[in-house]
Amino acid sequence: MSLKAPVTFFLLIAVAGLAVFPHFSDEFYLEFFTHLMVMGIFAMSLDLLIGYTGLVSFGHAAFFGLAGYLLAIVTPQDEAVALWLSLPVCLGGAALAALVIGWFSVRTSGIYFIMITLAFAQMLFYYFNENEALGGSDGIFIFSKPFVGFGDWQIIDLANPTTVYYFVLASLVACYLLLTVMLRAPFGQVIQAIRANEHRTRALGYDTQRYKLVAFVIAGTMAGFAGYLEAVSTGIVSPGHLHWHNSGLVMMHVILGGMGTLYGPILGAFILGLLHDQVQEVTEHWHLVQGVFVIFVVLFLPRGIAGLVGRLFGRPPDLDLEENRVAGEDGNKVDAEPNGERTK
Amino acid sequence: MIEPILTTRDLSKSFGGLVAVNNVTLDFAPGRVHAIIGPNGAGKTTLINLLSGDLPPSGGSITFKGRNITRLPAFEISRIGLGRSYQKTNIFPQFTCFQNCWLGAQSRLKTSMKFFRPAAAYAEVHARAERALDLCGLTHRRDLPPAQISHGEQRQLEIGMMLATEPEVFLLDEPLAGMGPEESEAVVRLLNDLARDHTLILIEHDMDAVFAVADLLTVMVDGRVLATGTPEEIRSNAEVQDAYLGSGEGQA
Repeated sequence: MSLKAPVTFFLLIAVAGLAVFPHFSDEFYLEFFTHLMVMGIFAMSLDLLIGYTGLVSFGHAAFFGLAGYLLAIVTPQDEAVALWLSLPVCLGGAALAALVIGWFSVRTSGIYFIMITLAFAQMLFYYFNENEALGGSDGIFIFSKPFVGFGDWQIIDLANPTTVYYFVLASLVACYLLLTVMLRAPFGQVIQAIRANEHRTRALGYDTQRYKLVAFVIAGTMAGFAGYLEAVSTGIVSPGHLHWHNSGLVMMHVILGGMGTLYGPILGAFILGLLHDQVQEVTEHWHLVQGVFVIFVVLFLPRGIAGLVGRLFGRPPDLDLEENRVAGEDGNKVDAEPNGERTK
Repeated sequence: MIEPILTTRDLSKSFGGLVAVNNVTLDFAPGRVHAIIGPNGAGKTTLINLLSGDLPPSGGSITFKGRNITRLPAFEISRIGLGRSYQKTNIFPQFTCFQNCWLGAQSRLKTSMKFFRPAAAYAEVHARAERALDLCGLTHRRDLPPAQISHGEQRQLEIGMMLATEPEVFLLDEPLAGMGPEESEAVVRLLNDLARDHTLILIEHDMDAVFAVADLLTVMVDGRVLATGTPEEIRSNAEVQDAYLGSGEGQA
């Protein structure tokens, strides 16, 4: 794994905790945790842009909501649609939208990038908000969950909340592993270089705009996957999914959780979500508490919540080419390449 | 006469009303060290920026090995074999020295749009990065971030990143700027080594170093080429002496 062993240990415990959670939980918290894991996938996908590529997208909810609406559109009124069919359609739609929005956006940078991604997302929001055929501002129900199986044989039943919970948990782990692998591959090295110094990255021979666009499409597709899961688990899609509040919320998860760590944004989604849940039982002034929390984290935990985890369990994250290198050993180069094909 | 590897014809660049590079026509012969000297503000760095694609020219053309590269973006110019180093150290501060060189080395893969195999498993990139680190003399600083090495070493790393891209033509913008005498000596040695089988185009203010490594000198003043010739010819050129003496009060 790309993380230092103690952090990996922490993550394994967290996953184990999530795996046994349904046995101790009532239905409300089961569905709530499903939602938090979905938000974790969503936040992780944005971290690829903000934390690794240096693209501060303020319109990430566009892909989340679009994929949900696409599921509502392809689901017939009174029967289920196959997962094998609906998932590629929804992810393809999100990817296409990310390609178009990204094509325009990556030409800009800084504040202009923030504004252009926001503008595109708000355009989509108003489209769905005004579209009465899709429920307008009330949103639209998805009455039948996607069917997972072949013919009459159903493999898993997505109408069962516990099954959905585990389906989302498996998706969360899969997305984390996929991004981890990508970030260690040549592509991941390039986007991290772009974040550090785009000008020099271009001077070294990389077409940085293409790499940024590909990162944008990957992140948009994964956000679409999260939106798909949200639509499956809740059975409703509303314009709020596309609203800039949602883009801002997921950005807060990334920043509070810890940019550039992948697991940090998941923690951010969980901690903010749980805090919200607890606070609203005591007081109506959730936003006040949230504000204090944000100020606290920004002032005292510059690396976010993940920075705290890193401090407790291991070293802070960094660019890791040296994974396979056995550290220490009196400074000699001791290489243990996985494929053993190192040439001298 | 050997076919030049890189040529410019009437190359110009203006910024608003200021003409930084004015109708520069130069031939750079392969395998030679060609130094560009001149007072501050003569347009030397702008010329390098035009050659490397960092800036688009306002007029004229650039040809590399018979191919017109005037409008190519910087990343394409790097890929076809023109590497450059910067006067103002331009590195990746968060990464270690090795990782800085790695990024140069990895850029020579056909594409880095590779998503699954770990970067560290690309043995040829590994070897190229280590070689560059070794050539620029930073093997002993391999795993340190630039913040923990000296300014002169950062300058060496700047060159190392360019070496890792294995260019045919090196565009070096004041490689010795800010180096101590020992570091300077090491880099001059490196430049002499490189000169054996590469083309070097070099801007430098350290005249001892210039005369130690350059085969040809071009003197630029006010964006124009004043003279081109061997070090001896330039040394004895009256116009050049005037230009240098006359530039004292005009430095900006």
